[in-house]
Amino acid sequence: MHELGIMESALAAVGQEAAKHGATRVSRIVLRIGALAGVDEDALRFAYEALAPTSIAADAELEIERVPARAHCKACAKDFGAGQSYIFRCPFCGDYSGDIRAGRELGIARLEFPNP
Amino acid sequence: MNSPATPPTPAEPPVDYRIHALTGAATGSARGLSGPLSAEITAALTASPKGEIAVRSVDVNIPLLEKNDILAERNRGYFLGRGLAALNLVSSPGAGKTTLLERTLDEFGRETKCAVLVGDLETDNDGVRLSRPHAPVAQITTGTVCHLDAGMIARAAQSINLDGVKVLFIENVGNLVCPASFDLGEQVRVVLLSTTEGEDKPLKYPPIFKSANLVLLTKVDVADVLGFKRDVAVDNIRRIAPQARIIQLSSRTGEGLPEWYNFLRNLAGQA
Repeated sequence: MHELGIMESALAAVGQEAAKHGATRVSRIVLRIGALAGVDEDALRFAYEALAPTSIAADAELEIERVPARAHCKACAKDFGAGQSYIFRCPFCGDYSGDIRAGRELGIARLEFPNP
Repeated sequence: MNSPATPPTPAEPPVDYRIHALTGAATGSARGLSGPLSAEITAALTASPKGEIAVRSVDVNIPLLEKNDILAERNRGYFLGRGLAALNLVSSPGAGKTTLLERTLDEFGRETKCAVLVGDLETDNDGVRLSRPHAPVAQITTGTVCHLDAGMIARAAQSINLDGVKVLFIENVGNLVCPASFDLGEQVRVVLLSTTEGEDKPLKYPPIFKSANLVLLTKVDVADVLGFKRDVAVDNIRRIAPQARIIQLSSRTGEGLPEWYNFLRNLAGQA
């Protein structure tokens, strides 16, 4: 239940980034979230609806880009996709892996500002 | 031990949580750590507005939780510089974190100087339970916050005198969900699973187990009475966290504690 705090940081960063580009409004925010980031999309959208209206992002659309989990098997020296599951079992040899190569992402990927 | 490098700068005020050093409070120069923590971060985030070019779409790649991550790295450097090993203990409420630490301070803490930072939403109860003349303890009461963050740790670490301390235990707020996302700058993340909880906890709350370096299966003395199947629990931990070491122990009977103390001994030796 820390999505509210994450959204607060996100909107603060969006405000700073907008200032950097001389923008006073933001039309689109693209977040990149890994399947293992521990962030719930619905809770994040709920937080956005609560916080965005009083921020620079009042008119912005929120887009969420999901990154699937990927792990690495040492024995096979291969990466494999792990879907939504937290159990990373190599499809080639059946061994469990704790070596996560993708899926922990949590950040702002892209911003769009309207033409002034 | 090398002389401590730059101390962690405290998080920017105001804060909602409180820190209360119960024993071994820092005095005088030990407390002398100051400076606006956020100057660097603010500088990193606030670039000077350059040009009037109308930008339509910008790839920014700003990691979130960034502030906590920066602070966690600072803490890690600070702990390393002081030559102390920091452990972040996480579990659901009632898994036995405080009881394990009480006994650890009484036994292991006699040979190696330890300190504790303990977090709860309210009360100093755990801090009081852990207070020992030979171990500095600070209680962090978070109010409504469901986890500890790196800024709280930077501040709490300043509130006690860490001279001579080799092992710093951070007892997180009892919560098996949110603490998984907050790096505190610890060297080792310890997840506790008690036999009163059920063998499938790792499957139900995988993120925190996935992030563990060490999993302690606690209260094993009552496993049989509860019908708790240790082998099933261990297998579930292995499926989620193949990287983690597992120690089975009981803070009441002392079973498994020598292995836990050996783990701490090795850690303190490396730090």
